Amino acid sequence: MSVTAIGALDGYATLNSADGTQTVFPDRARYRELVRDLRASGFEMLIDLCGVDYLGHPGRSLPDGVVPERFEVVVNVLSLSQKRRIRIRVQVAESAPEVDSLFALYPGSEAMEREAYDLVGINFTGHPDLTRILMPDDWEGHPLRKDFSIGRVPVQFKETPGPR
Amino acid sequence: MNDDTSVNNDTVLLDSDSEAVVDNIIKANQAAWSTRETSEGSQELRRRDVTQAEELGRESGAVLRLSDGVVLDPTQIDIDRPDDETMILNMGPQHPSTHGVLRLMLELEGETVLRTKPIIGYLHTGMEKQAEALTYVQGSTNVTRMDYMSPLFNELVFSLAAESLLGIEMPERATWIRMLMCELNRMASHLVWMATNGMDMGSSSMMIYAFREREMVLSFFEKTTGLRMNTNYIRPGGVAADLPDGWEDDIAVICDTILERTYEYDDLLTGQPIFRERQEGVGNLTAEEALALSITGPLLRSTGVPWDLRRAMPYLNYDQVDFDVIVGTYGDNFDRYAIRLNEIRESIRIVRQILEKMPKGDYRVQDPKVTPPPRSRIDESMESLIHHFKLFTEGFKVPEGETYVAVESPRGELGVYLVSDGSSKPFRMHVRGPSFVNLQALPLLLRGGMMSDAVAVISSVDPVMGEVDR
Repeated sequence: MSVTAIGALDGYATLNSADGTQTVFPDRARYRELVRDLRASGFEMLIDLCGVDYLGHPGRSLPDGVVPERFEVVVNVLSLSQKRRIRIRVQVAESAPEVDSLFALYPGSEAMEREAYDLVGINFTGHPDLTRILMPDDWEGHPLRKDFSIGRVPVQFKETPGPR
Repeated sequence: MNDDTSVNNDTVLLDSDSEAVVDNIIKANQAAWSTRETSEGSQELRRRDVTQAEELGRESGAVLRLSDGVVLDPTQIDIDRPDDETMILNMGPQHPSTHGVLRLMLELEGETVLRTKPIIGYLHTGMEKQAEALTYVQGSTNVTRMDYMSPLFNELVFSLAAESLLGIEMPERATWIRMLMCELNRMASHLVWMATNGMDMGSSSMMIYAFREREMVLSFFEKTTGLRMNTNYIRPGGVAADLPDGWEDDIAVICDTILERTYEYDDLLTGQPIFRERQEGVGNLTAEEALALSITGPLLRSTGVPWDLRRAMPYLNYDQVDFDVIVGTYGDNFDRYAIRLNEIRESIRIVRQILEKMPKGDYRVQDPKVTPPPRSRIDESMESLIHHFKLFTEGFKVPEGETYVAVESPRGELGVYLVSDGSSKPFRMHVRGPSFVNLQALPLLLRGGMMSDAVAVISSVDPVMGEVDR
């Protein structure tokens, strides 16, 4: 991995993760600004975006000054020209699970943000079409939250009587 | 049922006034909308008469997956168009050419496609949730079922992610075996694509031919792994078994035969005027659009961007083999066809080099934390038996941390984001499926094209629904 410093990262808490990728921890207010700056400094592609629910695992290692919250939105951006990845982890509070949408910066985030909304229940403000994408529309709850049980749940498909 | 309007409270689609209007329209049309039975509400493409002009503009942006980042000619979205000029057609999920259970809603004007919205989730089986309940030993059995056309890549990327957290070095032979199996799998996957694409284009002989060749690869998989698909062969810590005796001869035959047959495909399809007519200039994509939409794989390379993770960010031993990254020029269907056909040839080239370079040695890391003791030790030693038992019931503990690992699957960048809390099960496993992301290109590729080309374009995106829905 290249170690050249990127000006856009100045003033943010960073950490090198287990795979050596530089990881940035912006707060929610500066998240969109950071992604915009990264895009301007040659990160052409938003390769991945997902939500993580850290309920039951509060002791993860974070840099100083970053307050752990229940949810995290994890974004991987990729620079084709510099052959380099940067990961962004935003802490999202349980009380208000909202972050800015990146749709206007990277339209490719559209489906990924819908997936994070659908499965983890994070709202992306400014997303043009924030609907469920994998689960049926009338599904209750967000399956990838840690408090969503994987035990027996009644099948919620419409108008289909259950086997018993 | 009025779930068209009373959808998620989180997404306010309509204000209360227009909600009443919509309710009336829905009531009036209930009998006429025969598709309402299968309706999934707000995930659908909405009719123009129930969509406010402002929303239609916004929706067009969303449905076409465009934003300020990509220049969109405003005149192309005709917001004021009266509804009776267009028609919304539902295609799928049970449609032979949607490659599984992809459902598209297309807005048509005559035969021209205006808006498209892919509706997915029909094959969602909650594999990411399931992974949290399975140990790392069991995990590769789970992920291999995602992209069922290239199961070994799923196993590979999951194993690499687990190994990156474990911090273990693979023996050389294990790495080369992984490369060999993955390149064979890439050939098999592209052959299935050639087959189904041929059938979508009306060439059923291509279907038979390509499946015939794929059978050779699958037979080799069966010989090596015991299974033709969903092999669970690549596991954290190495591969499940060594290559069978005489594998060199099998591989040589596979390479020679398939390489020769690819030239037959040239005769059958590449030079064929009807085929070219249907492929060239259809479903155009530019590099700028592809990058903005996070498109990877043959779709991205067809636009002229030479981005292949094997070359750009080498993993395994791809920096030690010679191969070309196939790049297109026009970003149309034909480029994507040519890229995949030539990638089969490049894979053969890589496999032949692996044949020469395959070292002797262990096919599994000799780390008792990850690898169970050999079978013979179990008969002799109680400790080995306990060790073996513990590994397969409790699994091994993976140090706390998080990692994102990506490989170049036949469809693009396949990534796994793995979070470990120090236990023997992943705390969170997120899979970045290339098909899932690449599907976002469909509305753009289909826009302005003919309905009859839609089948060709869907095929050229090569979505595998098992991976899209996971």
